[in-house]
Amino acid sequence: MKFAGTDNYVATDDLKVAVNAAATLRRPLLIKGEPGTGKTVLAKEVADAFGCELIEWHIKSTTKAQQGLYEYDAVSRLRDSQLGDEKVKDIRNYIKKGKLWEAFTSEKTPVLLIDEIDKADIEFPNDLLLELDRMEFHVYETGETVKAKNRPIVIITSNNEKELPDAFLRRCFFHFIKFPDPETMKDIIAVHYPDIQQALVREALNIFFDMREVPGLKKKPSTSELLDWLKLLMAEDLPLDVLKSKDPSKLIPPLHGALLKNEQDVHLFERLAFMNRRQGA
Amino acid sequence: MFNSFFYELKDGGVPVSIKEYLTLLEAMKAGCANYSIDDFYFLARSTFVKDEKNLDKFDRIFGKVFEGVEFIGDDVAEIPKEWLEKLAELYLSKEEMEEIKSLGSWDEIMETLKKRLEEQQERHQGGNKWIGTAGKSPFGAYGYNPEGVRIGQDKGRHGRAIKVWDKREYKNLDDSVELGTRNIKVALRKLRQFAREGEASELDLDNTIRSTAHKGYLDIKMVPERHNAVKVLLFLDVGGSMDPHIKVCEELFSAAKSEFKHLEFFYFHNCLYEKVWKENSRRFNDFLSTLDVMHTYPHDYKVIFVGDASMSPYEITYPGGSVEHWNEESGEVWMRRLTDVYSRAVWLNPIPEQHWTYSQSIQIMKSLMEDRMFPLTVGGIDRAMRELRR
Repeated sequence: MKFAGTDNYVATDDLKVAVNAAATLRRPLLIKGEPGTGKTVLAKEVADAFGCELIEWHIKSTTKAQQGLYEYDAVSRLRDSQLGDEKVKDIRNYIKKGKLWEAFTSEKTPVLLIDEIDKADIEFPNDLLLELDRMEFHVYETGETVKAKNRPIVIITSNNEKELPDAFLRRCFFHFIKFPDPETMKDIIAVHYPDIQQALVREALNIFFDMREVPGLKKKPSTSELLDWLKLLMAEDLPLDVLKSKDPSKLIPPLHGALLKNEQDVHLFERLAFMNRRQGA
Repeated sequence: MFNSFFYELKDGGVPVSIKEYLTLLEAMKAGCANYSIDDFYFLARSTFVKDEKNLDKFDRIFGKVFEGVEFIGDDVAEIPKEWLEKLAELYLSKEEMEEIKSLGSWDEIMETLKKRLEEQQERHQGGNKWIGTAGKSPFGAYGYNPEGVRIGQDKGRHGRAIKVWDKREYKNLDDSVELGTRNIKVALRKLRQFAREGEASELDLDNTIRSTAHKGYLDIKMVPERHNAVKVLLFLDVGGSMDPHIKVCEELFSAAKSEFKHLEFFYFHNCLYEKVWKENSRRFNDFLSTLDVMHTYPHDYKVIFVGDASMSPYEITYPGGSVEHWNEESGEVWMRRLTDVYSRAVWLNPIPEQHWTYSQSIQIMKSLMEDRMFPLTVGGIDRAMRELRR
């Protein structure tokens, strides 16, 4: 079982090694990187490549570790007991399985995505230490122990909003998806829009990487934004020389809305364009 | 197996543990690295490095350990010319040889080849044997002898002209380098405490219902209100010697603003005196008295100064030392007053830490701050935040 990228995902060599190591040893793989560099998509692609089921657990600020294991619905049970329902005698009817439980009991090795783990409370990763290490946990209400039939491939993404505890990190493989260089970027575009004109791609990439160089941008455009932008450019069927023109008065690229996501950045760009024009005059 | 590498990493400040080392060995055993140095590098990196700020450190140490840089000595063995020619024949086709010849003198190229091979031989000595197939040729053992033949070609056989770890692409992420808006945010988040202060004040509905269901009678549960309890006063040094650092400061400031519930900022020049101001453009007519600041904000506010503390020592120690106005009391007095009121205070200094000892005013300011002066890098902010949180 080797991961080597897929038809619609370009994986760099280092990423492949990290994924394969994590998949072989069945240790969690922690993925960090700029937003929009394909962290979450990776899990889906790994699942596709290995032919596994993908179980997604999206973390929010209110998510508790326990919810990933199971939840005991005491309220339903109380209500049922007042109605004299037969179900009430078996506590198992009120235990709702969480994503980890689902992953542990899956017949085939699944890929478990724990998305944006840094969104949760600071204690969240610590609460999952043992569960992810041994891949088992105990259900107090019924006294049973859930143990993984097949250790799932666990992929965890983080946006770096919180530091993760050391004890947790020690149990993971780590990969930092760095922003793709222009070469890799070309591959990525080829994978997504195979029929896009070469010239268009080249000009668009130039503009894109120039744009990332502009100091002071609040949010630098990322891969996913570039892909959106290209899609728009293709849909609009703009003549190539619009992109090519080095005319300072047209410094703002066409359809920039796909690349710049907040008005301060657009203003900054307009200001730069204005200054350029004055210099040109 | 890689004990020395492990200890080099540990000494080099990459936080590694035995568990990770064992994981690496386990992965090697499982064949994850596939007997290529690149794969081994990637594998070791993803095992040992858990934070992008350590990637650059790791790259440097990996380069050091596995390139055998420290083994370069003067007595390099002489390499027989025939070996070189033979090797060249091995790797280069006739056409390529012609092409190379047309590019420059054969001797010159041989010289380069020789140098490359010497490098290669030293790598053997550097302890890379684990990868070798051992025994065929003193040079070609790795199947990774690329440099020697890459002369005149613009792309190497292995598609890579520089070693990945030599590129040091993660330099920007090292926490001892200067800040960008992104990495500063991470450090400032350390300040964010979800401190649950005071009495239980909020009805915990979920817990109440659960507990009631469990026990069969109404059982009210309360939790303390959850909010970001960090309150900060930020003092920014503007003008004069700080101008080159203004941008960094503003980045810090823009990051800080979204981070705290209560954040008040003030400007000062060089040293803190009896007045501060809120808008730099109106600094001479619209200012606040420092005493008022101290009376307005309670002592549980945390104070962060940002400034280079580079000035004439008189500006701190003597009344009337200020370069801008006549100050009745010295900067020292005002600094003491402020740090007496706010026990949690730090000074962030954009000047690199190693230069501090050469500036008298920085030394004075540092002792006034009771050593709580930190460089304006992510690492420094990290330490500062830890200091504030204690």
